[in-house]
Amino acid sequence: MTEIDIADLKKITEVVKSKYGYDFTNYAMSSFKRRISRILEMNNMSMETLMKKLYDPGFLDDFLNEITVNVTEMFRDPSFWRVLRDDVIPGILLNHQTIRIWHAGCSSGEEVFSMAIMLREMGLLDKVNIIATDLDTNILEKAKKGEYNLKNMELNEKNYIRYQGTSSLKDYFKESNGKAVLDKSLVENVSFRKHDLVKGDVFNKFDLVLCRNVMIYFNQTLQNEVLKNFHESLFKYGYLAIGSKESLIWCEIANKFIIVNNEEKIYKKIKD
Amino acid sequence: MTDFKLDNRYKAIVIGGSAGSFQGIVKILSNLPANFPLPIIMCLHRLKHVRNGFVEALSIKSIVEIVEPYDKEPIKKGKVYLAPSNYHMSTELGHYFSLSTEEMINNSRPAIDITLGTSAYVFRDKLIGILLSGANKDGGMGMKYIKDRGGLTIVQEPSECMIDTMPKAALSLTTIDHVLKIDDIAEFLKQLHKQYK
Repeated sequence: MTEIDIADLKKITEVVKSKYGYDFTNYAMSSFKRRISRILEMNNMSMETLMKKLYDPGFLDDFLNEITVNVTEMFRDPSFWRVLRDDVIPGILLNHQTIRIWHAGCSSGEEVFSMAIMLREMGLLDKVNIIATDLDTNILEKAKKGEYNLKNMELNEKNYIRYQGTSSLKDYFKESNGKAVLDKSLVENVSFRKHDLVKGDVFNKFDLVLCRNVMIYFNQTLQNEVLKNFHESLFKYGYLAIGSKESLIWCEIANKFIIVNNEEKIYKKIKD
Repeated sequence: MTDFKLDNRYKAIVIGGSAGSFQGIVKILSNLPANFPLPIIMCLHRLKHVRNGFVEALSIKSIVEIVEPYDKEPIKKGKVYLAPSNYHMSTELGHYFSLSTEEMINNSRPAIDITLGTSAYVFRDKLIGILLSGANKDGGMGMKYIKDRGGLTIVQEPSECMIDTMPKAALSLTTIDHVLKIDDIAEFLKQLHKQYK
């Protein structure tokens, strides 16, 4: 791996911020450094060339695509999905007839499809309004298509079996040209939108916000900002799900949430 | 008994291991003196989809507290940290951990090179790196980073390893200060402990 200078990282973030309005200043340093060195290696590029390329707007989409981490799974942490199905969704239905869900940082959409499959099996898919956002337009296109590498489906199917769904994951996709093509009707009511968590726009209110393994790429300052945004975007008694190895302990907004499932890191907003 | 001629400059220890390292780790941890003065940061290859049980298994014979840190958890003296399953674990300037789900490296997540490399960046010549038995090369580059930044490097004696690919990778990539059997690594840590009294 190429060792990257902090001074160069600063230059990169400054250019991207002033020219395009994306602010990576508060991304976690070690992973951001690795993303930059990955871009250099994959394109066989020097730091000077990258600096020049950043002024070419045509390169921006590729840059955003590589900076963000798009490694995800369907039904990642099967026990999380069981808690969602058995506790969280029924909990929301006690108070609301329809459910509003935000997948913040949805990447290639595996969790969105997992959610849709779970809800269809519960007979609730038509009562749910899902918005899925990401900063990276390339990856949003991929999410909309719902086409995944067949070799990933093995892991996805294992997760689904551990989740204990009512069917087989095979019922939800067809094989075509070496890809697994997910059933589009699952996401016909999902709205995929470009949204940058760093900018912090609140655009709607939700019963459930999922943001698992996204904020780990942010430093503490940015995590606090984003969590404020989630707090504002949730109805009172709405749920926030973060990754199993994330925690609100060190966050300013922690006292406005209670933990409803510590193992799966599901929180509930209790104060406005 | 070897005198390792240590001093108290060190601020952290990182340990990497894979196939065949479990018994060695248990032995090292169970021989660790009480009130050990440094954080011990461990990255061991483990099953991706078994989230629980590993810490418990390691803790059976150990008196020190072993935790799988949360993202952004501060690094504290005297604690033992284990990279959680299916996450890379990095050390950050400011002495806390960051987790990530980036692509696998050397077919591994957690990857030892990441934990060792980022710790070398943060702790520089105040870091001790220990690499144990393992069946792939992960950790070799990490040991090189540690040496390049002035840290102290130790690998398990290859003849004692169940699989020696990992320590041999480190030996071929960089200077290793000590090639030791597990019992001697335990002795090394005892001598190190005495420097902080």
